[in-house]
Amino acid sequence: MIEVQNIKKSFNDKVVLKGISSKFEKGKTNLIIGGSGTGKSVLLKCMIGLIKPDEGNVLYNGRDFYNSDKEMQQSIRREMGVLFQGGALFDSQTVAKNVGFPLDMLTDQSSEEKRERVEFCLKRVGLEAAADRMPSEISGGMKKRVGIARAIVMNPMYLFCDEPNSGLDPLTSVKIDALIKEITEEFQITTIIITHDMNSVMEIGESIVFMYQGEKLWEGINTEITKSTVPELQEFLFSNKLLRELK
Amino acid sequence: MSIIGKYFIFLGSLFTNREKLSVYWRRFMEECVGMGVNSIFIVAIVSTFIGAVSCIQTAYNLVSPIIPVSTVALIVRDMEILELAPTITCIVLSGKVGSNIASELGTMRISEQIDALEVMGINSSSYLVLPKVLAAMFTFPMLVIFAAFLGIFGGYLAGTLTGVITERDYLYGIRDSFVPYNIFFMCVKPFVFGFLIATISSFQGFFTSGGALEVGKASTQAVTNSCIAILIADYMLAQLLL
Repeated sequence: MIEVQNIKKSFNDKVVLKGISSKFEKGKTNLIIGGSGTGKSVLLKCMIGLIKPDEGNVLYNGRDFYNSDKEMQQSIRREMGVLFQGGALFDSQTVAKNVGFPLDMLTDQSSEEKRERVEFCLKRVGLEAAADRMPSEISGGMKKRVGIARAIVMNPMYLFCDEPNSGLDPLTSVKIDALIKEITEEFQITTIIITHDMNSVMEIGESIVFMYQGEKLWEGINTEITKSTVPELQEFLFSNKLLRELK
Repeated sequence: MSIIGKYFIFLGSLFTNREKLSVYWRRFMEECVGMGVNSIFIVAIVSTFIGAVSCIQTAYNLVSPIIPVSTVALIVRDMEILELAPTITCIVLSGKVGSNIASELGTMRISEQIDALEVMGINSSSYLVLPKVLAAMFTFPMLVIFAAFLGIFGGYLAGTLTGVITERDYLYGIRDSFVPYNIFFMCVKPFVFGFLIATISSFQGFFTSGGALEVGKASTQAVTNSCIAILIADYMLAQLLL
């Protein structure tokens, strides 16, 4: 389980996070939703240690990330898998090398063990045939799947996905969502997804946090979200004409 | 001042929390190929022509009957060894290698590849930059030796083919009053310049933020700052070592 407690962050005079607290449970797909510029990505970066919050704590199964020594932080980091918005694949390496990169850098496994693990992960995301291709030779959806394979190659306990559906067609988005949900359940990972995709919210939102202007305005599950009385959330959910008509 | 402080903190970060030695060795060899082998062609072209032009222009200016013709070769040799081969070659390399480093790291920064390394618990600056710095300090002196040789050879070709100096005079001139210490001085320069180019360009690229426009700006800034640093270091080395 991951718990964030009263996270605050400002850049110069601009307050981006105004004290966010929440709990994200194991084996569930936890979504953080909200419009652009509401601080979702900053919150994610605070959680994974890329941006240090001005105040607040992030607890990984009770271990306080920011109040731990460097060794503990490294150990928590090695339990994380992160899927970045654009995939963040290394351009100079093949798909297989990208997936095997954390194994090369962080483990002492033999070449055979690493090869087997990379093959398993690529097969899990349905990309075993693309192992020898370069990132520039594959589509956006494939890049996301390679990113997922790299994120799970170290058997993470925590999986973070920053807008996994951005730039993808609706069908591929659904496939990516389904893959993340399957992996979460199969490996009992604590998954946190940053998104503003309504399909994801309705399909895989087992626990949802809605953010607005740096604050948490609502928290619940996908079956309750349409019944919420928070006007900002209602506006966000029914921003599209079709949904407004359906409502 | 804060930028200079940030630069020195960045240099310090290259040597903390290092990764496995085998990782660095592999990356070092890749960088040596990228910086050294892939720069041979441009270095060869530039140095040969600079040597040729030096020879022709020196001969044009030396018209006194009391100065032996072989002096042209002596001047070409000393100009090549003391200044043209190390400094001009490194300025050319700051354009080729420096802009490449800054744009590579800048692109990695804006496409979150550096963030991906950090999240994995890898010291991204050490992993990405240290092999580049070591490769530059290792390959640049070799390229400069190569450039000096080709520069003197370019002078020979231009001088003998145009008839401004005979082959005998040129070969006599390049051996006349030779100071072996100058070769040491020539090798120290690219060693220092390589460090400056690699670290300044990496610093510019590593802290890029924004998009493609900022990567371009970082690349330009890297070349500008590297050239200024080379010229300042060139003067300081001449004062200290000669």
